[in-house]
Amino acid sequence: MYVAVKGGEKAIHNSVQLLGDVRRGDSSVPELQTNQIEQQLRLAVAKVMNEGALYDPMLASLAIKQASGDLLEACFLLRAYRTTLSRMGYSLPIDTHGMRIQRRISATFKDLPGGQVLGATYDYTQRLLDFSLLDKHQPEQLELSQDNAEAMESILAVFDQENLLESDLPLEGDPDPKDITREPIHFPADRPTRLQNLVRSDEGFLLGMAYSTQRGYGHTHPFAAEIRFGFVNVVIKPDELDFCIDIGEIEVTECQMINQFAGSKDIPPQFTRGYGLVFGHQERKAMAMSLVDRSLRAKELGESIESPAQMEEFVLSHSDSLESSGFVQHLKLPHYVDFQSELELVRRLRQKASEVDHNE
Amino acid sequence: MSDELNTTSSHSGFNFAYLDEQTKRMIRKALLKAVAIPGHQVPFASKEMPLPYGWGTGGIQVTASIIGRDDTLKVIDQGSDDTVNAVNIRKFFQKTTGVQTTENTEEASLIQTRHRIPEFPLKEGQIMVYQVPVPEPLQRLEPRETETRKMHALADYGLMHVKLYEDITHFGKITSTYDYPVLVDHRYLSAPSPIPKFDNPKLHQSKALHLFGAGREKRIYAIPPYTDVDSLGFEDHPFELQRWDQACALCGSKDTFLDEVITNDEGGHLFVCSDTNHCQRSQKNGAVHDS
Repeated sequence: MYVAVKGGEKAIHNSVQLLGDVRRGDSSVPELQTNQIEQQLRLAVAKVMNEGALYDPMLASLAIKQASGDLLEACFLLRAYRTTLSRMGYSLPIDTHGMRIQRRISATFKDLPGGQVLGATYDYTQRLLDFSLLDKHQPEQLELSQDNAEAMESILAVFDQENLLESDLPLEGDPDPKDITREPIHFPADRPTRLQNLVRSDEGFLLGMAYSTQRGYGHTHPFAAEIRFGFVNVVIKPDELDFCIDIGEIEVTECQMINQFAGSKDIPPQFTRGYGLVFGHQERKAMAMSLVDRSLRAKELGESIESPAQMEEFVLSHSDSLESSGFVQHLKLPHYVDFQSELELVRRLRQKASEVDHNE
Repeated sequence: MSDELNTTSSHSGFNFAYLDEQTKRMIRKALLKAVAIPGHQVPFASKEMPLPYGWGTGGIQVTASIIGRDDTLKVIDQGSDDTVNAVNIRKFFQKTTGVQTTENTEEASLIQTRHRIPEFPLKEGQIMVYQVPVPEPLQRLEPRETETRKMHALADYGLMHVKLYEDITHFGKITSTYDYPVLVDHRYLSAPSPIPKFDNPKLHQSKALHLFGAGREKRIYAIPPYTDVDSLGFEDHPFELQRWDQACALCGSKDTFLDEVITNDEGGHLFVCSDTNHCQRSQKNGAVHDS
């Protein structure tokens, strides 16, 4: 005789215990340290800080370790922790023109003031497995030149002379951006709201959306005017003080994508912008973000909205990996009651159908 | 709910009930508005919780913002106190609040639920908190919130009536079996959350307060005590209840929602109450069970 299932609590406890054991793996292999993750898996750390919406390499590394390298799970851990943090205030806007450059390239101009700075990137490597990394090895010590101390003006300044590119200066009376972590997104959403959502959005989702605009679902003709990666200062101005305080620096990647625009009744033909800015070194995400930002401006620029990447409700409502991962995976939870209701319905419909057949 | 909402931390490092007091205040404000406009969805700045979106974060945030030290909490999922989600959420509140928990419906001051309303009648002063996956009853028919918001503003629910009508023309009956749409206080079309339609009548003129939290969709809504809640239907095709030909194999009840249990691999099955607490008590009281 069936007895109603009991013992869920014990089973959960055991599952959690087992998880700790499986996470550790073979105990004869030395345990992974979070500083190793921080130093040697820096791109994973950057992704987790972005989508986890918290700039803290140490905690991001801890999250990656705790999540056995499942980066979406790590983002989730970081976000749940973020909920418990009290908010001290907002920083002033970061100044990316004053960035301490580690890499800066332009695909629109061959040579430019400050030059192309390649930095450390996988872009120019041949993707051959390097079997020498299987063994411990001591890399040659590089003699690095001094950091590029000079701030590099954004390449887009070259357009200023001719007004060929729309301005990115805020209009007079431009309101402070809304904070999407304190006010839920309300549609139609303004651009600062959209950009906040895109920064936190899942890289894979954003990449797919951006790619779709290149394949005819939405029309953009983008050029990567400038991609820069480096350090920027974070500055706060406390209410009670009349001066600014520099509280440290963070690594960011910025992408300025420019797009051809045929012009409209009111605006002469010119180039328009798509903008991407993310924590850490994340060029793929910054580029995808700038493409999607531009395509979401369709309404503002009077373009017809036909493709998913132009539809802000579609993009912004499905971009967050915590939301999508949680809801897709909630299907693992028991659905006995709903399923029972459907089962009963299907049986009755079949019964009815067979009665009808019988009568005919 | 206790009058005095306590802020002392009960588990190292976290505030009472996990959320900080500012967030609780923000959620309570949304709750008050929701109670004032029965059935209307109120947006709120939903936070990431230590459980995933889709696993009850809306209900957890509502519970966390109203729970006090004197509360007695019951958590059920699919009617049962012992399924994984219920166990996990109960443990979460035990850890972060230290409040007393119970499996007995009438002992609880606060009941967080996923997909069921207890069989035992609710009483005044009790609060039901629902975990809601999709708060917008029109979402499957019109995914754009900009459009559904207009429909609610104009009380224009033709789209839903057409859907129900099409069900009848295709299948001879309305085929919604759970999350069956209701009209709250003759005004707002609402999703009762995925409770079976068997439970819908329990919402009508209920003595308890019903609060609905959708974390991922960032919406809160409410059905205050003694509110009219009508399940949609037509004069010639009224709302009808699910019924079973069988009784519960454990307690013999004939008037409860039954889950089907597979007993062997030859198609053998039997039916048992989905509300495990109610079932155990019926068994103790020596109800009809005689097998």
